[in-house]
Amino acid sequence: MIKPTFHIAGDQAFILRFGQEIHPEVHKHVISYYHAILAMDLKGVTLILPTYCEITIHYDPLVINHNTLLKHLKAIDLKNLDDTDSVAKLIHIPVLYGGLNGPDLEIVARQNKLSTTEVINKHTEPKYLVYMLGFTPGFVYLGGLNKQISTPRKAIPRPLIKEGSVGIAGSQTGIYPIDSPGGWQIIGETPFKLFDVNRQPEVLINAGDYIQFNAINESTFNSIKTEVDSGNYNIEVETILLSHE
Amino acid sequence: MNKITVINPGLFSTFQDEGRENHQHIGMPVGGAMDKYALQLANYLVSNQTNEACLEMTLTGATLRFNFDTNIAITGGKCVVLLNGKQAKSHRTLVIKTNDQIDIQNITEGARSYLAIAGGFNLPIIMASKSTYIKGKLGGFKGRALMVGDEIEINKISKKCKRRRISRKHIPQYPQHVELRIIPGPEKDRFEWEGIKHFLCSDYELSPQCDRMGYRLNGPKIGQINNNADIISSAISFGTIQVPSDGKPIIMMADRQTTGGYTRIAQVVSADHHILAQLKPGDKIRFKEVTLNEAHQLYKKMKDILNKYQ
Repeated sequence: MIKPTFHIAGDQAFILRFGQEIHPEVHKHVISYYHAILAMDLKGVTLILPTYCEITIHYDPLVINHNTLLKHLKAIDLKNLDDTDSVAKLIHIPVLYGGLNGPDLEIVARQNKLSTTEVINKHTEPKYLVYMLGFTPGFVYLGGLNKQISTPRKAIPRPLIKEGSVGIAGSQTGIYPIDSPGGWQIIGETPFKLFDVNRQPEVLINAGDYIQFNAINESTFNSIKTEVDSGNYNIEVETILLSHE
Repeated sequence: MNKITVINPGLFSTFQDEGRENHQHIGMPVGGAMDKYALQLANYLVSNQTNEACLEMTLTGATLRFNFDTNIAITGGKCVVLLNGKQAKSHRTLVIKTNDQIDIQNITEGARSYLAIAGGFNLPIIMASKSTYIKGKLGGFKGRALMVGDEIEINKISKKCKRRRISRKHIPQYPQHVELRIIPGPEKDRFEWEGIKHFLCSDYELSPQCDRMGYRLNGPKIGQINNNADIISSAISFGTIQVPSDGKPIIMMADRQTTGGYTRIAQVVSADHHILAQLKPGDKIRFKEVTLNEAHQLYKKMKDILNKYQ
């Protein structure tokens, strides 16, 4: 059981820190405390943001005294966190690998002395933990990439990587939710929109969820894309049990 | 249709309200007006809700024409305002007649001026806000800065606009050398003593690299222990001061990403955010440490003033 340390982050926020490493156990504490603080529904708490190892709690000092808030936060006691099983959402992201949709798939394969099929197999195998969202709307920071397919970023970033591109950068993998410049090695593309202003909610994935990539062929890609464009696509979501290790 | 026509958009003019504070958990930048003090004053002057979207103009103002009778107000950075070629005042309700033209010239003190219009601009509400988010090409008017020839529809007003003005003592000054009060940040212990001394005892100048996302500052290098400036990405907010390994601080502003990966040396207190928002390249900052209690008192004082204008 990790006890958080408390830090002042300006005159309207506190930080609860659970460690300084990217680790599923640290993050489990972040998410459990995050839900506990949400459930407290404290008047004057304006925003609660979970990240890799911290939770930032914003408050209005004219509504809640900072000492009162601290007292509430310090009283949180999640005794049995270490030995309880919990459930999480697993979201299946369809990806068309290689070709024009994944122009760097062969680079990733060559650098790691693998075939492109092996790269796809190693990329679709894990259930990736969503540590947090940030960078751009809908961008998920994932943990769990197989080291055998980690690949350095491109020396010269591309001026435009299109929305939906799935890439690898060092030991990270991720998906570009909006068109952006970037240096990731692009190995595939998903027709699913991680961020869609015309959908409620705009982003369907939250910190603490898991995602898994599913390899699809071009005709499936096109039919999903048609459904996405007409607002009729339902992403596959599964509930999984996270057993205590 | 009541509308304004853009004759000249100015350097960089976007619609901004209070932003998208509550969508940060999905990685959505907050955005919104850089100077929320000026935003509220402008809305007060045209009897709008305090969080209605205004036109935020940067360094040079816009020229606009109206096809209906209305009221507008201009607040924020000091600028010459011409109404049909005649000088008009900022920080008070202005009466506009059909076919009038308003010409907001260079902003000579501060960096950003705000134009509010009675009833508000008719813009789509995306994630509870009308704010323009340029990088995501969404919100505001077509997700971009204003261009020549744009026509923006104005909402009909439900109640008559009162003619109001802002008391002179509540109109901020925007000097080119400011003191910003700060509270030490969560990574304050990661800095060398020498570095903290530089940070608190030297002037830092806004570099040309400053925009709605953040301000890069020039000044004495702020050294970190083992020259390690990286943290595991964590939350940042308006006024967070991060220091990369080059030792030059960056202050995060309205369009910042929701998370950052550099050590957070300090946080500018909320009561000084509107001063911070009006800085421009070449302006100088001296940081001054205050306690949490002092920062809360300063915030209360500012809110007491703003409460007179809503």
